[in-house]
Amino acid sequence: MATDHSMQSKEKAMAAGRRPDSQHGEPKVWLSALGLTVGLLMVVGLLGLILIKGLQVFWPAPVVQMQVKKADGSVETLAGEIRVIQHRRDAAKEGQQIEEILLFMGNKDVFGNAFRYIDTALIESRELPKNIVVAERMEYGDGIFFPVALKRADGAEVTAADAAFYPALQEEVDRVAALRRDIEHIEKKEIGRINKELLQINLKRKALGADALGAEALGAEGDAAALAGLDEEQTRIQAEYEKLAAQARQLRDQLGVSTLTYRLADGQQRDMSVGNLVTFERPNNLGFGGKLLAMVKHGWAFLSGTPREANTEGGIFPAIFGTFVMTVLMSILVTPFGVIAAIYLREYAKQGFLVQAVRISINNLAGVPSIVFGVFGLGFFVYTVGGTIDRFFFSEYLPNPTFGTGGILWASFTLALMTLPVVIVATEEALVAVPRGVREAALACGASKWQTIQRIVLPGALPGILTGVILSMARGAGEVAPLMIVGVVKLAPSLPFDFEAPFIHAERKFMHLGFHIYDLGFQSPDSEAAKPMVFATTLLLIALVVIMNVAAIQIRNHLRRKYAASTF
Amino acid sequence: MWQPSKSEIICAESMPPAPSDIQTTPNAGPAETGLEHPLNPRMVEVSGFSFFYGAKQALFDISMDIPEREITALIGPSGCGKSTLLRNMNRLNDLIDGVRHEGDIRIDGTSLYDPTVEVISLRKRVGMVFQKYNPFPKSIYENVIFSLRVAGRNRKSELDEVVEKSLRQSALWDEVKDRLHDSAYGLSGGQQQRLCIARAIANQPQILLMDEPCAALDPIATLKIEELMLTLKEEFTVVIVTHNMQQARRCSDRTAFMYMGRLVEFAETTQLFSTPAEAETEAYITGQFS
Repeated sequence: MATDHSMQSKEKAMAAGRRPDSQHGEPKVWLSALGLTVGLLMVVGLLGLILIKGLQVFWPAPVVQMQVKKADGSVETLAGEIRVIQHRRDAAKEGQQIEEILLFMGNKDVFGNAFRYIDTALIESRELPKNIVVAERMEYGDGIFFPVALKRADGAEVTAADAAFYPALQEEVDRVAALRRDIEHIEKKEIGRINKELLQINLKRKALGADALGAEALGAEGDAAALAGLDEEQTRIQAEYEKLAAQARQLRDQLGVSTLTYRLADGQQRDMSVGNLVTFERPNNLGFGGKLLAMVKHGWAFLSGTPREANTEGGIFPAIFGTFVMTVLMSILVTPFGVIAAIYLREYAKQGFLVQAVRISINNLAGVPSIVFGVFGLGFFVYTVGGTIDRFFFSEYLPNPTFGTGGILWASFTLALMTLPVVIVATEEALVAVPRGVREAALACGASKWQTIQRIVLPGALPGILTGVILSMARGAGEVAPLMIVGVVKLAPSLPFDFEAPFIHAERKFMHLGFHIYDLGFQSPDSEAAKPMVFATTLLLIALVVIMNVAAIQIRNHLRRKYAASTF
Repeated sequence: MWQPSKSEIICAESMPPAPSDIQTTPNAGPAETGLEHPLNPRMVEVSGFSFFYGAKQALFDISMDIPEREITALIGPSGCGKSTLLRNMNRLNDLIDGVRHEGDIRIDGTSLYDPTVEVISLRKRVGMVFQKYNPFPKSIYENVIFSLRVAGRNRKSELDEVVEKSLRQSALWDEVKDRLHDSAYGLSGGQQQRLCIARAIANQPQILLMDEPCAALDPIATLKIEELMLTLKEEFTVVIVTHNMQQARRCSDRTAFMYMGRLVEFAETTQLFSTPAEAETEAYITGQFS
């Protein structure tokens, strides 16, 4: 009877819109699940987009040849890669949509623009012609054409119908690539060395109290012999330079001796020096395996190459290297600073109003716009610290700055300063989390406060500290704004590390993936052509951050196992 | 439940050669013990000691003399100040902000609060074992020799010797001798606590303070620690805080009953439990309050 009654009352309660007790708070569970789902979807969507678009860049797209009706009724033949298919409203015809494709036709030297929008309704026929070549060139971007004939360096001519044509073309391409490497060696290494020697002579001249122009006037006053010696030296170096320059010129001439004759899809026949050719491939002749191989090749060229043509072509190796070195340098700088600051704040400073104020300030520092750190870095590190270093150690180079200008060292310092709050906060948390029991035990064993911190507290806090470093690395690697004013450049002539003494050139300017993305996407002369590169570069930046983080997490997990102290 | 008779058997069994009457007879003369020097009847000398956490007074004018090489138990209800008193014997309470004291504690004649005595050198003479076993996140070997390392003693042969001796004294050697360089966290709770005891005695302190050493252990591990204490008092002066009256009765030579920050009664264990002088003591040991 009683249960019957309670059942009835329950049903009544439900009928009146009241939930059973077990369902209280259910909507909140759903709300949190919804929030998580939305967040995850956004992250997965963004990463998926970048991944697909980024990898697509390297996949050799088929080249479509099509007959397109022109406005005057005649028909023209076009060939290219279909990049986008889109719909747009037609202004002329109310309510109708036009489907159009964005065709990458290359051959910027002929058409003026590598891209063209084509109304699909006007396309009369499409085909995938065999043997059409997509060629990567030193100038004017890609060329898409049918080869006709090749005039080789030794004067022999091969026509495209010949079976030996493509191997011969490949041979020529390899030859000019080797030549290009030689020229680069002469221009960068040899002539670079001569430039350095000339600079030294000029410095000596300056030290003698005469500039290059006033040498005659001051010569009579005693340093004449020394100056004459310098002049002699300079003449010798100048002669050496002339020799090398002539050598380079000669090599350069050799680049142009072989010529490729080709025909565009519309029938025009043109000639091009093979020296202009970087690589070529016939995407329509490739099977799946061939395309995969081509993709790997493109990917490798992208990873290991240097940028060309205002960064829209070539690889991004200097940017990867710059980002990596800067991030590692930043982590090395920020960790000791942050840990020392946190140890003082947490272990030594008397907890009170002042320390609390300092702590709040540090937390708020994390919210300061990064560009402000950039400006501070410029003013403090570059001008003040760098300028002072220049005055004391590199005064002979002045007014040309050595450290008094943006460089990878100052960029790393600036970012280290920017990410300092993350490390301090994480370290403080980690220090607090070390159980009081082990501290007391260490003290009871006769350890001093510093010994306790050094031998017991810090090892126990190390995983937590590394978490802070990982977070700061992720933040620092992706930061662009402050770098733009403390050392990042669009194109750096040399890497911050090389085989020239003293090997580490911390004062050099560098390239950075984040800035590269900005530069490609928004500063590029041909943004449509650069778009795929933006995705590929973004993918690479994310991959780099992930790789560095995974490495750091591995170290942290190793330490966690070693000091499995978190079980207290 | 433990019967007193059984615990006496345990004590007797674990007693090395010394005649069994010595342990129940405090302040035995040097002639009877056969030791090289007379035992100090006032190894730890607490005189008129009061202690304050900020404005709150935790200890009120406590005076007691703890004799050498005996086990002295501090009992009393929670919050009566027994742990505070113990932690003052190596000045571990100094770490807390806003504490102050009146009176004095002397160890072997030296005042703890003598400004010329460095607190670190003092702590080297007083080992401590805590309620919750707290080995360091290091190997078993490094745990034991920690106090030697911080004292700058790094000679390998000496360290090896100390490790073996301390682990044998804490009855852990046979269980861990093959894995001295493994993490201390791989040991069971009772083993970890015995490791903490080995760590506390490694540097040959005079006094061993134990703050409820068995509170986090199961009965078997508790039994082992109790056996251990009886062998340890051959060499060290042991002061133990315990909630467990049975434990105090089984193991200690003398017992101090504290209540509300005051020392109510301090007497030989057998006497305190059989014929308590104070009404409060009697009420406590008969379980009328806790």
